[in-house]
Amino acid sequence: MSQPNPEIPMLNVQIDGTWHQFPKGTRVIEACRQAGKFIPHYCYHPRLSSPGNCRMCMVEMGMPRMTPDRKPVLGQDGRPEIAWMPRAQISCAQDVAEGMGVRTDSPMVRECRTGVMEFLLINHPLDCPICDQAGECRLQEFSVEFGRGGSRFLDEKVKKPKNVTLGPRVKLDDERCILCSRCIRFMKEVAKDDVLGFVDRGSFSTLTCHPDRMLDSNYSLNTVDLCPVGALTSSDFRFKMRVWFLKETRSICTGCATGCNTVIGSREHKLYRQTPRENDAVNQSWMCDAGRLDFQGIDSLARLAAPRMTVDGDRTTADWTEAIAAASEKLRGVAAGQLALIASARMTNEELFLASKLVRSLGVASEHVDVLPRTGEADGILLSADRNPNTRGALLAGIASSVPGSNLPAIAEGIRSGRIKGLLVLRENPADCGIPETDLAKLEAFVAVEMLDFSPLKHAHVVLPSAAFAEKRGSMVNGKGRLQRLNRAVNPPGLARDDWEILRDLLAAVDPATPAFPQIEDVFHDMAATIPAFAGLSLGKIGDAGLALNQP
Amino acid sequence: MPHIIPRPKLTFAEKMYLPAILGGLVITLRHFLRSLFGQTRITLQYPEQKWDENLPAHYRGAPTLVKDEWDRERCVACQLCEFICPPRAITITPGELPADSRWAKVEKYPEQFEIDMTRCIYCGMCEEVCPEQAIFLRKDYAITGLSRAEMVYDKKKLYEIGGVMDGLVNKWNDLK
Amino acid sequence: MDIWIYAIVSLVKTLTIIFVVVLPMVSYTVYAERRVSAFIQDRVGPNRVGIPLTLFGFKEDVKFHGLFQPFADALKLLLKEDFTPAHVNKFYYWLAPALAMIPSLLVLAVIPFGSTLDLDFLVTPVAKMLGFDFGLGPIPMVIADVDIGVLFIFAITSLGVYGITLAGWSSNSKYPFLGGIRSCSQMISYELAMGLSVVPVFLVVGTLNLSQIVEFQCANGWLVLPVWFHGLDWKQVALWVPLLISFVVFLIASFAETNRLPFDLPEAETELVGGYHTEYSSMKFALFFLGEYSAMIAASSVIVTLFLGGWHFPGIPDGSAGWFWGLANVVTFFAKVACVLFFFIWIRWTLPRFRYDQLMKIGWIYLFEIALVNILLTAGLLVAFS
Ligand code: SF4
Ligand code: SF4
Ligand code: SF4
Ligand code: SF4
Ligand code: FES
Repeated sequence: MSQPNPEIPMLNVQIDGTWHQFPKGTRVIEACRQAGKFIPHYCYHPRLSSPGNCRMCMVEMGMPRMTPDRKPVLGQDGRPEIAWMPRAQISCAQDVAEGMGVRTDSPMVRECRTGVMEFLLINHPLDCPICDQAGECRLQEFSVEFGRGGSRFLDEKVKKPKNVTLGPRVKLDDERCILCSRCIRFMKEVAKDDVLGFVDRGSFSTLTCHPDRMLDSNYSLNTVDLCPVGALTSSDFRFKMRVWFLKETRSICTGCATGCNTVIGSREHKLYRQTPRENDAVNQSWMCDAGRLDFQGIDSLARLAAPRMTVDGDRTTADWTEAIAAASEKLRGVAAGQLALIASARMTNEELFLASKLVRSLGVASEHVDVLPRTGEADGILLSADRNPNTRGALLAGIASSVPGSNLPAIAEGIRSGRIKGLLVLRENPADCGIPETDLAKLEAFVAVEMLDFSPLKHAHVVLPSAAFAEKRGSMVNGKGRLQRLNRAVNPPGLARDDWEILRDLLAAVDPATPAFPQIEDVFHDMAATIPAFAGLSLGKIGDAGLALNQP
Repeated sequence: MPHIIPRPKLTFAEKMYLPAILGGLVITLRHFLRSLFGQTRITLQYPEQKWDENLPAHYRGAPTLVKDEWDRERCVACQLCEFICPPRAITITPGELPADSRWAKVEKYPEQFEIDMTRCIYCGMCEEVCPEQAIFLRKDYAITGLSRAEMVYDKKKLYEIGGVMDGLVNKWNDLK
Repeated sequence: MDIWIYAIVSLVKTLTIIFVVVLPMVSYTVYAERRVSAFIQDRVGPNRVGIPLTLFGFKEDVKFHGLFQPFADALKLLLKEDFTPAHVNKFYYWLAPALAMIPSLLVLAVIPFGSTLDLDFLVTPVAKMLGFDFGLGPIPMVIADVDIGVLFIFAITSLGVYGITLAGWSSNSKYPFLGGIRSCSQMISYELAMGLSVVPVFLVVGTLNLSQIVEFQCANGWLVLPVWFHGLDWKQVALWVPLLISFVVFLIASFAETNRLPFDLPEAETELVGGYHTEYSSMKFALFFLGEYSAMIAASSVIVTLFLGGWHFPGIPDGSAGWFWGLANVVTFFAKVACVLFFFIWIRWTLPRFRYDQLMKIGWIYLFEIALVNILLTAGLLVAFS
């Protein structure tokens, strides 16, 4: 909770008989929430404007009773007496006022809610068995709490379009829409792409897209999260799994340097969806579609499931002990000055830290170490120009050169000329780093830690299969210098392992003098002692919301 | 307030236990003799004698899937039965009905629907929870197999045992 | 008689008793238990196992009312996995089943299960063919006709508790342990009452030798039923009262000694899973089972011998009247034992289990005192009559 700003006056408000203080400008619905009184609502969203069109948030309100000379009448407790308004008011579009009284659970309020629920359900199709929202549907929840058991509506229900394709990633079922306009406001106010709107009137009001447009914004899937009912559904998640089966893991998105906070939904070690998690310091309540669907590659057929070695020109799968031993032997077989290491700014701090230890143990020259930069265009909303999630971490670990990627041409050139004879690639495709396959074939030692099998890897002497972002633990530093945590939602396939474990074992094989790191917490501990920016921190201290590092 | 049940006062004869014991012995002996001479016949000699025609309508045998009178598979893969099933005998892979299907309006159907009969405890929860009246416990009780895999019944087999069930759900026909 | 012949005859008697009489009897007591309990509870019980003729290509199996069930049971017990948990004390764990089984078999050594059997009509021709010329004469139908028969029985049965206690202790698991403790205190408590309750018998009969006790009953009528012949003598009627009390106390104590319901607390399934043998399986478990049932048979034999006239039945002469009658005596004895066994089973399926404190109370406060007073009563009567 933020500190009260002394410039904003505090107002006294009575909520269900108890007096509280709120800064001026607080919405009544928000004040009630802070006082521990939940008010059901559909259209209100703290980050959007309040049109007040669903009428679910009704409460009884009152203002102090005034004497003829405009002084409040004080009751026996010295507090103003409240003159209640005869009819219930919506609480989402009203700010608190001095001496205001609110009743959130009076008989009148309850009757209003029941009435609103009954109206909302008049034309509702009750698709719950096939509706993806079921289980996290506000309409279901409030029906249980405030609804009537049965329907009194005898007429034919209004029929509206079902299964409409609004955009490449979003489907609309107009019958389920309760016309709360959250989606419209989001597209207009947050995504700055005003493509949605209502047409027709009364019972026939229908949500639709601008005739010449599609809902194809990179933020379109947020409307699916926002929609309190199952009217908007994600084409990707649609009909895949019921939400109540999903195990929720708090993690972060690794699509760009913003590092949006996420919740990963998985069941029985299969990923089903990723949704944004609220964090004011990072992504508010949103995330972009590209990042959200980033998990799809994880199930890909190209995943490496077992360590692979090339022995006398034959590729064979191996067990971990063999593979790690072979990798270390290969790397040590090359003179220190002829080694290069390419890491990835998609790796976690722990992995990068272990990689930096490896650089030291193998004696790789600092101009032979770098990461691959990825840039795009920032969209001014969330998406950052730096598409690597952990460039800052790579800089802190000393793996990235001060201008990330500036060493890569020299490394590529060294390999072509034969000056560099050994290459260790961590989580990058050498082809992207400007090293053609023909050059890779010349290497005396080529070891790769990778999750997907791509063509340049066929030249690798040892390939160590590693884990995707949803399969590992660790931390990253986002573009604004905020340290955040990744968490494991599912297990890596087959024999594949968490990258930090692979690097730890490789390090131990290369340099038997390295301390043992039984757990990732131990790696972080060592890292905190080495890198000043992390001093005094631990994985546990980071917390679900992450924390800003002192260093810029 | 405590509710006190006073211990009954026993007479001397009762305290001796013996009369009660003798009474008990007489009762058991009577049962013994009646069974011995074939006057009591309760047990059915199962494989030879069966009671199938007397099974009540609510008998809970194998859970099966049913189709409606228009040959539509009733199940819409809502996965509620999968959720409610206490021993987790049910596994469903939901899917989307193709747009050209006669029942495209229903949108969702189970691509795969498996019940592991070795796990099922015939509790009937699935039948009770199903919003589409698509799963019913039929009267088949002799469910055996030679391997575990054989005891996992797939959709085809479940429809085979289940057959057709009329009436009830009208949501997906055009009356609605 | 030659000592060797004596030894051989004893061996033959022992083996016959154990393998021809007791073990089949145990198996069939189990069968009877299951059938009788089924009948009492309006069920059917095991009625299927017979000769599996269909295995040999016949149309139908022969069922015999399930009379072959014991064979199936034995086979099953033998073939089950003999599992020894890791946390047990191996030595005692292995020893316990044997200790539970042996005492009840030993008891049978002193029980006279018949009068005499003159097999010379068989033995002499065979011996002649082999070139010898001798007869065995009438063979006493008791393995060891010792003068301290009854004391021997008490001495041996009290060993049975070691098996159970050791099983409970060595299993190193809570239920067996509780079972072991319970049986230990139960046996000790009831042994006292049991021992005291037979003293009146000795006072009346004047010997500890079981064969002589049976002979006394042949002459004077069974101890619990002295009325049958020689007319009725009022002294006898007066003595009948303490002997009847003796009988009842002894009977109750034998139930407790054999851990039968209503005193089966050591293995109370509802409370202790299986009691002291919870951790046992396969043949070790079977040994406990055998021990329990042979203890039951031994107890029945003792009851029959002491109170129910042993092998004697009015109208059937003893073995000196010919081998046929000798055999008839043996049959009579086992028929009586079977009746007592039935009684055991009948009681089990009628009465509920006692609570532990009740069990102890009955043992120490009632049975023990009753037995004690009964001795004085008998002694008083005997003094008055002499
Ligand atoms: S929107 Fe909610 S109430 Fe409507 S069908 Fe979907 S789950 Fe059911
Ligand atoms: S589609 Fe959903 S969010 Fe949009 S107006 Fe309808 S109910 Fe509201
Ligand atoms: S009957 Fe019960 S156990 Fe069997 S499938 Fe249905 S819910 Fe599961
Ligand atoms: S509850 Fe009924 S409709 Fe839902 S998945 Fe099970 S069988 Fe299908
Ligand atoms: S939440 Fe207030 S009117 Fe919708």
